[in-house]
Amino acid sequence: MLGEGMLKGLAETAKNFAGSFVSKERMTTVQYPEERIAPIENTRDFPFLVYDGSDAMAGLRCVACQICEKECPPKCIYIVKSTDKKPDFVGKMQIYPTRFDIDISVCMSCQICVEVCPFEAIKMDTEFELSTTDRFGGLLYDREQLSKSNEHYHKIHPTEAAEVDARLAEEKAKAEAKAKAAAEAAAAKAAAAAAAALPKEAPAKEPGA
Amino acid sequence: MSQQASFWNNLDQVFVLLQHRIAGYFPVWLQPVVETILAVVGIVAAFPGIFALTTVLERKGLGRMQNRLGPNRVGPLGILQPVADGIKSLTKEDIVPLSADAAVHFLAPVVLVIAVFMGFAVLPIGRNMVLANLDAGLLFFFAIGASTELSIFMAGWSSRNKYSLLGAMRAVAQMISYEVPLLLSSVVAVMITGSLSTVKIVEAQSGFTGIFPHWYVFTPWGFAGFVLFVIAALAETNRSPFDLPEGESELVAGYFTEYSGFKFALFFLGEYLGMFSIAGFAITLFLGGWGAPLSVLEFVPSWAWFFLKLLAAIAFFIWLRGTLPRLRQDQLMNFAWKFMLPMTLLNLVVAGAWRFLGDGWPRWVICSVVLLAAYVLLGRVLMRNQNLGARSYRYAD
Amino acid sequence: MSATAFKSYRPPVIEPSEEGDELLEVAMGPHHPSTHGVFRMDVALDGERVVKLKPVFGYLHRNHEKIAETASYLAAMPYTDRLDYFCSLTNNWAYALAVEKLAGLEVPERAQYIRVITAELTRIQNHASAIGFLLQEMGASGTPLMYAFREREKILDLFEELTGSRMMCNYMRFGGCRVELPKGWLEKVKTVVDGLPQFIDETEALLTGNEILMARSQGVGVLKPDLAVNAGITGPMLRAAGVNYDIRKVDHYGIYDRFKFRVPLGDHGDIYDRYMIRVLEARESVEILKQALKDVPAGPIMDPKSKIRGFRPKVGEAYGRIEAPKGELGFYLISDGTGNPYRYRVRPPSLINLTVLEDMCLGQNVADVVLIFGSVDIVLGEVDR
Repeated sequence: MLGEGMLKGLAETAKNFAGSFVSKERMTTVQYPEERIAPIENTRDFPFLVYDGSDAMAGLRCVACQICEKECPPKCIYIVKSTDKKPDFVGKMQIYPTRFDIDISVCMSCQICVEVCPFEAIKMDTEFELSTTDRFGGLLYDREQLSKSNEHYHKIHPTEAAEVDARLAEEKAKAEAKAKAAAEAAAAKAAAAAAAALPKEAPAKEPGA
Repeated sequence: MSQQASFWNNLDQVFVLLQHRIAGYFPVWLQPVVETILAVVGIVAAFPGIFALTTVLERKGLGRMQNRLGPNRVGPLGILQPVADGIKSLTKEDIVPLSADAAVHFLAPVVLVIAVFMGFAVLPIGRNMVLANLDAGLLFFFAIGASTELSIFMAGWSSRNKYSLLGAMRAVAQMISYEVPLLLSSVVAVMITGSLSTVKIVEAQSGFTGIFPHWYVFTPWGFAGFVLFVIAALAETNRSPFDLPEGESELVAGYFTEYSGFKFALFFLGEYLGMFSIAGFAITLFLGGWGAPLSVLEFVPSWAWFFLKLLAAIAFFIWLRGTLPRLRQDQLMNFAWKFMLPMTLLNLVVAGAWRFLGDGWPRWVICSVVLLAAYVLLGRVLMRNQNLGARSYRYAD
Repeated sequence: MSATAFKSYRPPVIEPSEEGDELLEVAMGPHHPSTHGVFRMDVALDGERVVKLKPVFGYLHRNHEKIAETASYLAAMPYTDRLDYFCSLTNNWAYALAVEKLAGLEVPERAQYIRVITAELTRIQNHASAIGFLLQEMGASGTPLMYAFREREKILDLFEELTGSRMMCNYMRFGGCRVELPKGWLEKVKTVVDGLPQFIDETEALLTGNEILMARSQGVGVLKPDLAVNAGITGPMLRAAGVNYDIRKVDHYGIYDRFKFRVPLGDHGDIYDRYMIRVLEARESVEILKQALKDVPAGPIMDPKSKIRGFRPKVGEAYGRIEAPKGELGFYLISDGTGNPYRYRVRPPSLINLTVLEDMCLGQNVADVVLIFGSVDIVLGEVDR
């Protein structure tokens, strides 16, 4: 019958109209910025550099290996290596980046820099309300602006940060075990060398009875 | 008891009493003029106010149908949005094309608004509340309604723009071809009432059997007439699904391309007021005007019933707009001449038969069956002629 | 279709109706009232009928192929997201498939299941949006579009949980997927998939029997099957014209052989058929999803042979194609042994489907040109790359 399809359509729209007053399913508007949806944990927006401890420059995990700079598709990372070395969070001497700039107007949030970093130094932040009125330097983030603490990383990506910490702790434990084993081997070798050297000297030193 | 009754009675006639009270301050020979002026002021205040409310309700209603909120930032629940829109349209630059016919260009929206306001003169808004109680009120209304088409043509012509002219001609063709079903479907009410006066048509529907009213819409021919009148009214006022002349995805951008600022707002106002006046007319002819739907509810003032019915009609128009896609121009015309016209003519015959079959259940059954059969048959013929219809799909094996 | 059929095909020529009647030439776009992107159509009209139509595109050209030839294989992956920006996961899969063919990598089971699940979710949200946009152009004031976007939001939230980004997913890698599924993701997918049949039913109730939709779309923009095959049309347009060609069934890529699903075919090739084919395909995708979600195996998600950095496939060439929601999306790669491809070519389904726009629009009313264009369902990112 002519008009039947239209009446069914009208019924459908009326159902949605009535439903929009009673059910959340039929009224999905979230009035930003007063209301916000809870952010999803895995979301990625722009990169940031992780540092351990409380001093950003001293605890920076980045060792300026420049792998992320090479792999970045739009080439938005610019790194300048240092000429000296400074101790990192665990005390080992590492080179560090004197400049680490990311132009977030070029960055396309692809996360490849995070994937290829061997040192868990660069991770993705979740901040997206970054617009600025300074169109020249406002979106070019330097080393200080990019460094955020490991606590911040735990806050925004708890599962990921926990995994990263576990992995780093494991590596540190392995490194310490290796160092201890090496030290023990060296000490044993030194003791063996000392024991080998000792009997030669003893009879010469011994005074008579 | 009678004090209560007189309170409701006074409420019902409050505007009339106010009008007489104010006119009483003037000398006797001036009183008719003052009364008319007050009525005009009332109409000019009330209906643009409803227009402002409708723009917000339309956007919020469409929004709710689409699972979103409408405008809600300007004022509580967005009620003051028309104020913002009005300020915007007033402060926009008024661009008139250099080659345009300036006088006609200026007059087109003015003619539209004046013609539409004049149409309100014969609408009975409440008991004893009609501005001009003409014996040929219906005729007056349709004559004035036809002159709105003149303003559309003026707009298209004066823009000296090939596309605007084409759009205007198509809009005028649409409106003229839907005038015929519009008039024919209203003639049935006139036939049964026996008068062209809108006041008498409403009074003829103001009786009750038990608690149910004598509205014409509750009879077979009245229901068919009402449906046909509403469809033709949608086409007359360029509302969805007949709004191709002003559709956004339309190549020829419409007759009011060259209008900006306040003149555009006037076109908008004129179109919506036309919608209200035709909806009000449909209410007068078929839905009992200012009459109550149940006899127990007669204490509610008559003007309140009229405005409630008007709001319901507006809500229905908004509902249609949110649901239906729009028809193409030639399909629109096809529909008018090949479906609406035969149905309205048949409706005339059925109304006549109703009158002469006398009281009793046979006339109900015969009229309903004839109308239903004609509708189903005509619908099927129309769809089949253009090879339209539901389809079934096969799957690859 | 035989070669002689191709040679003897000539597009219909429609003469202007009266002598000396000049044609009205209009440029529709690039600022379009309809929502498909920056695209221009130079149309010559005789009264209301279309006599000639020339599509002009290139407004969104971004040098994708050149960038991919200078950047490494891995770096080209995020750029493929931005080809057909509605369906980034299927773009990723097509590219990953081409590279896996080139380098001889094998994808583990779990990654195959994840690929199928994400691809079918992408297909559903793309078809729902395509229908919504088509009706928006018909003037239904955006109601079906809003319903489609409401469901699309749920699917995009799933993608954000899995890949980190709603639209630019960058999720497939050569030899598998980038990251393991988060906890509870499969249950969330199941919840969304359970709600999808009701949504498709509601859309059909609103639209399928609508007489105005039928009047606007049946018999309009007809595409004949032999023209479709000769022009290289693929995807829902081809199946609406009646040709049975679905790459999931023809190439048996991925693990589609394990799932039972049907391929709907149309008979007339008009806009209504394309709309209905998309609805029916969305239903079939829901069937595939239900089957796939039942038994996702545990295991690794990457081929142990694949490398992230320093990926140098051996010298050779490969063409990998999938049934993207818009048609056949193919990647042709020539490797010369270095870290970036020697030649990288995208076969864009939207562009190839647009080549028959003139044939479909000839003789039609100008008000229908926008509808026919909408029923082809293109994305300018893919047309222009």
